[in-house]
Amino acid sequence: MSDTGWISNVLTAARPQAVAALLRYFRDLDTAEEAYQEACLRALKAWPTNGPPRDAASWLIMVGKNSAIDHVRRQRRLQPLPPDEVISDLSDAEAELADRVDEADYRDDILRLLFVCCHPELPATQQIALALRIVSGLSVRQIANAFLVSEAAMEQRITRAKARIGAGQVPFEAPGPIERAERLAAVAAMVYLVFNEGYTTNVAEKGARAPLCEEAIRLCRLLLRLFPTEPEIMALTALLLLQHARADARFDADGMVVLLEEQDRSRWNGKLIAEGLALVEKALRHRQPGPYQVQAAIAALHARAPRFEDTDWNEIELLYGTLERMQPSPVITLNRAVAVSMSRGPEAALAMIEPLAQKLNGYFYFHGARGAFLKKLGRADEARIAFDRAIALANTPAEADHIRRQIDRLAATGSEPLRGTMSGARP
Amino acid sequence: MQYAILCYHDEKVTCAWSKEQDDAVMAKLGGVMDKLSRQGKLGPVARLLPTTAATTLRKDREQPIVIDGPFAETKEQLLGFYIVDCQSLDEVLDIARELGAANPGGAYEIRPVGVFFSGKTAA
Repeated sequence: MSDTGWISNVLTAARPQAVAALLRYFRDLDTAEEAYQEACLRALKAWPTNGPPRDAASWLIMVGKNSAIDHVRRQRRLQPLPPDEVISDLSDAEAELADRVDEADYRDDILRLLFVCCHPELPATQQIALALRIVSGLSVRQIANAFLVSEAAMEQRITRAKARIGAGQVPFEAPGPIERAERLAAVAAMVYLVFNEGYTTNVAEKGARAPLCEEAIRLCRLLLRLFPTEPEIMALTALLLLQHARADARFDADGMVVLLEEQDRSRWNGKLIAEGLALVEKALRHRQPGPYQVQAAIAALHARAPRFEDTDWNEIELLYGTLERMQPSPVITLNRAVAVSMSRGPEAALAMIEPLAQKLNGYFYFHGARGAFLKKLGRADEARIAFDRAIALANTPAEADHIRRQIDRLAATGSEPLRGTMSGARP
Repeated sequence: MQYAILCYHDEKVTCAWSKEQDDAVMAKLGGVMDKLSRQGKLGPVARLLPTTAATTLRKDREQPIVIDGPFAETKEQLLGFYIVDCQSLDEVLDIARELGAANPGGAYEIRPVGVFFSGKTAA
């Protein structure tokens, strides 16, 4: 790594903590970001000669704060003083800076910064864009690429989102335990959104969108460092790691989606799997079950199976049952049915999903799974109708292509029952 | 004399490496390790998963308790180690400098080994 490459890594790693602290001091997102930028510029000048400080975040907070205060002082000659609450906490600034920054003290700062991005009035895509911009520090261009929109459009989206937050009330008081737990849950959900945004992709977009998965994992690790004893955060981190471990095996050389059952498991990332499994094991020891733990446990069962045939579908069915009780939803029932089709056969699975037909009529996976069950049962004509419906509802060309291949196989083999085409977990 | 080179680094930084950066560092370290291996100086080497994956058993009370996370909360975390066999501390320091050039930042703590079992695991 070159010198500047190494410095930029340190800056990236320190960013959430630094921006979060500066937000607390200045109570304004733009001021905090500008102060951080200024501090980074100075770091790029000072660190190559002086070497990086041992505690980069404290350095950046101190320099950022001073430069922003300087800026305000210079402005003061031209303008009336800003109200006190705009520049809060200045009196104790020096004393605080003398101490080394304690991670724990900044936990609520970083949580606040993340929570600001989850403002309930913001649509999911804006929450994600904001988190990537403010917390991860991705450039507008990088985010625009990931969302496959123009830079100008993304700039506008982020500006709008910021304006909405500015108008709302950012909670600056220290949260109580219940509030903290609520914020943590909202932030965890947002991190999962970031990951899914990157995961739901096809090969043409893969290069552009993969950074979203990596950023989500980075954000999740950050959360876990802040809340190292929260089993749900351990589990969410594990879930993301275990799913991301399969990234290289999910597409073939032609860019077609490769289903879990057909993936070359030697291409799964063993290091990510090891870490994911360790975290699942740690989380479950707490005996405080939660939805992320159940999902991570399901992902762990897939990761542990050396071959698709070795998958423990009985256990996966039970886990989906648990998840259904925690978060009743027809989509989870559908997933359980896929596990049932593997453990008890397609007939039982088909019977399970028939009652969902009305609720999931507009859902690609429902018709895809139904077609697969029918195909297994040798009911080729009905399977074809279900697959046609799935194609009409496909979200991406890759999804449609995948179903077309199933239809081709139907045509090639007549009504002969084939092995399953859908598997419980996402490919 | 055997020495342990204990690798400390801020895992916030190492976890922020992209896969390409990580691979590049590992490749460079691999080069140094190959050389040491050929010289017969390299013992076991381990890279540890992040401290978020760590569990600590506190045994300083009657009923030992299990807690999440590393034993010590520090700015830099123990992320791995090398065991090397060298004639002098200077020689170990040279090796540490060489490893450090491949992997800047953080610190190496060099500790002479007292008791050593090479051990054997199935995997």
